[in-house]
Amino acid sequence: MIAEIGHAALWLAAALAALQMVAGALALRAPEGTTSPYALYARPAAVVQALLAVLAFAMLLYAFAITDLSVKLVATNSHSLKPFLYKLTGTWGNHEGSMLLWVAVLALSGGLLAFAERRLPERTMSATLSVQGFVAIGFYFFLLVSSNPFERLPVPALEGVGLNPLLQDIGLAVHPPTLYIGYVGLSVAFSLAMGALITRQVTPAFAKVMRPWVLGAWVFLTLGITAGSYWAYYELGWGGWWFWDPVENASLMPWLAATALLHSVSVLAARDALRTWTIMLGVVAFSMSMLGTFLVRSGVLTSVHAFAVDPERGTLLLALLGLYIGGSLTIFAMRASSISEGKRFKASSREGALVFNNVMLSAILAIVLLGTLYPLLTEAFDVRVSVGPPYFNPAGAIFAIPMFIIMAVGPLLRWKDDKVSRIQPELMVLASVALLIVALVVFLGDYPLLPILGLALSGALALAALMPLRGRRLTRVPTATWGMVLAHFGVAVSLFGMASEAAFTEERLAAVSPGGSEEIGGWTIALEGVDPVSGPNWTAIEARIAASRGGGEPVILNPQARNFWAPSQATSESALLTRWDGQLYAVIGDAAGVDAQGQQRWQLRIWWKPFVTFIWYGGLLIALGGILSIAGRVQVDLKRRRATQIGDERRADEAAIAAGARGPQGAQGTQGGIAPEPAE
Amino acid sequence: MIRPVYFIPLAFFVFFAGLAGFMLTQEKDQFVESHMIGQTLPDFALRPATDNRPGVSIEDFRDGQPKLLNVWASWCLPCIAEAPHLETLKQSGAEIVGVAIRDRPADVANFLSRHGNPYSRIGADDLSALQLELGSSGVPETFVIDGDGTILHQHIGDIRAEHVPILLEMLKEARS
Repeated sequence: MIAEIGHAALWLAAALAALQMVAGALALRAPEGTTSPYALYARPAAVVQALLAVLAFAMLLYAFAITDLSVKLVATNSHSLKPFLYKLTGTWGNHEGSMLLWVAVLALSGGLLAFAERRLPERTMSATLSVQGFVAIGFYFFLLVSSNPFERLPVPALEGVGLNPLLQDIGLAVHPPTLYIGYVGLSVAFSLAMGALITRQVTPAFAKVMRPWVLGAWVFLTLGITAGSYWAYYELGWGGWWFWDPVENASLMPWLAATALLHSVSVLAARDALRTWTIMLGVVAFSMSMLGTFLVRSGVLTSVHAFAVDPERGTLLLALLGLYIGGSLTIFAMRASSISEGKRFKASSREGALVFNNVMLSAILAIVLLGTLYPLLTEAFDVRVSVGPPYFNPAGAIFAIPMFIIMAVGPLLRWKDDKVSRIQPELMVLASVALLIVALVVFLGDYPLLPILGLALSGALALAALMPLRGRRLTRVPTATWGMVLAHFGVAVSLFGMASEAAFTEERLAAVSPGGSEEIGGWTIALEGVDPVSGPNWTAIEARIAASRGGGEPVILNPQARNFWAPSQATSESALLTRWDGQLYAVIGDAAGVDAQGQQRWQLRIWWKPFVTFIWYGGLLIALGGILSIAGRVQVDLKRRRATQIGDERRADEAAIAAGARGPQGAQGTQGGIAPEPAE
Repeated sequence: MIRPVYFIPLAFFVFFAGLAGFMLTQEKDQFVESHMIGQTLPDFALRPATDNRPGVSIEDFRDGQPKLLNVWASWCLPCIAEAPHLETLKQSGAEIVGVAIRDRPADVANFLSRHGNPYSRIGADDLSALQLELGSSGVPETFVIDGDGTILHQHIGDIRAEHVPILLEMLKEARS
């Protein structure tokens, strides 16, 4: 029954998406200034559709929770002996389940928009909801036709066949949902952009409505990428934290587009400039989300992240992509010229800096996109290539370095028109900090160019990020400004971690027999022994390693080489030792022959990575900055709404008194009048 | 007035969609062929994977009778799909020797009781050692072995109904 309820809810939701699309579109046909009767349906349809889609997902979650082996998806992806938490996460650890999650989040954000957003002109809102319904319906179709998660087996399976053991990890429990919320949150920005484009309402008011959605999606994307990077770091056991793998790039590209969009929408909201550019980024950001989903799910690219691959699904997804991206870009091409150009500004102004960085971010996006798709292009000519760090790092850095410089300077400039000479003292301070760091690092040793530049820029950027607070009473600084300061400071922290990891990492690969020891980065690593261990669905060999520094108390590390059954797969479980100034990273490899005393030797791989954790601390700071920024905006908006309400009530009162009669809201009005006026 | 510059993003996308569409229609070569075809089996001896069938060793392939060597596992779904076709092969006179990859006796017995047991012998290959030596990269795979232990043919993936006569024909040729 459970599966059937879920399946039915999905069909109903699809029908409501159709209603939402048609009602929204019909509402647009009413002449300007009048309200079409059809407009009535779009909002409720979106809300109920959201409830139904969430219900469908809850039903699937329940089927996984009780391991209902008559459902095909559960039987092929779960196992009755699996730990309960991983049974739940198994819901989205597969193609159908993750697509259902995708659609549920899509419906939920559409429903939230329909429910909560009252600031936009009703026509723009109708167009927006119509587009949102149009997007949703395609994905319902995809799910129901080619990836039905609720399909039953003719005969229930006796036992499930497990879950990819690489995915059996707490990091993965939260990673995909976080990313999906980010991906799909951008769908609202997309729908709003299309709605505004269709009804020619690209205004600062529209930008203010769009901004929290972009910010929210961006926060989730940031968290998702940060978590994903840390997951790959400790789970894949290669010691790296970013591999430029297509799946990673698929999450990075929407983030880059969303970062650009976030800044350009702020310019639009504050200064009524960058109209077409903002619309274009809104389309591109969500296109990148869909493109990412397509690349990951269709299997056109080979990735270390193993997912189910099915060419038929790929074709369907590509068709959807063609419909949405192709369609929206066509509308953009036809309509963009009719949006009048926004306000003008000087190059040396805050807008100028933001535009420059928008272009840099877009260039990095183009580089990542090209690198990700290049293997697809060459494979068409039967050449298999893999594009990796040797391309991405320098090509990305060409644009990232100027971007970081402008990022340090931009927030110091004023809107519209400013002179660089005004902020000369600050620039001198920043430049000397950067030069000092370069001199120090070059003096310390022989390091590659990019990490040195990274260290210098991170120092200057950290200082620059705090500069907007200078000379202000900290208690009076708006929350949104704190958000910007924190996010920019987070970028500096993250950049410092990356540069430090790239410059100072020490690595040791050695065959050690029990009792032997190795030295690395000031640490003494002693292999005490190697034992066989077993878990609920795996067996492993586990090393006992005592790590000590400077004669201190040794800490025991237990890296494992695991063998899973159902399905069989070998994974490497790294052991990490975190200190404030870095991380010790240990992996055990294969047996490596016997030593002179006849003792078994084991391959140990140890890294000392100074300040590597700052990469992810930075990521968290960036996300926190985004959260503060949303909180600040919402706070201001609520204050403004209350002020308007109070003002209305007072005016009503005055009118009533003037008319010589007490209005019905009189008592209420006097109460409201006591409330303080908002600060801004 | 429509400005051409706004068509640039669309042009890029159309190019990508065309490329991706083309690539999706291309057959992806995902099968890894063994280099062992035409060579004799390596030396091996595997313990029984279950109680009611003996284990497998190289000697079993040197009795002059051509056989099928089926590499499978109880945790593999396509193996369930090919089980009935293995049964047909057995009833048509083919001798099938099984090698269970990374499996537990209880799971093997369970699988056989549910999906039938077409095997004359089943060896347990706990670390995929024999599988790797055979040049097999996945389960299920089926090898046609002649009476002297030479590998004649490798079938990658599950055996479907249409493959049954082909495999029988190969066994017949090997006998003559």
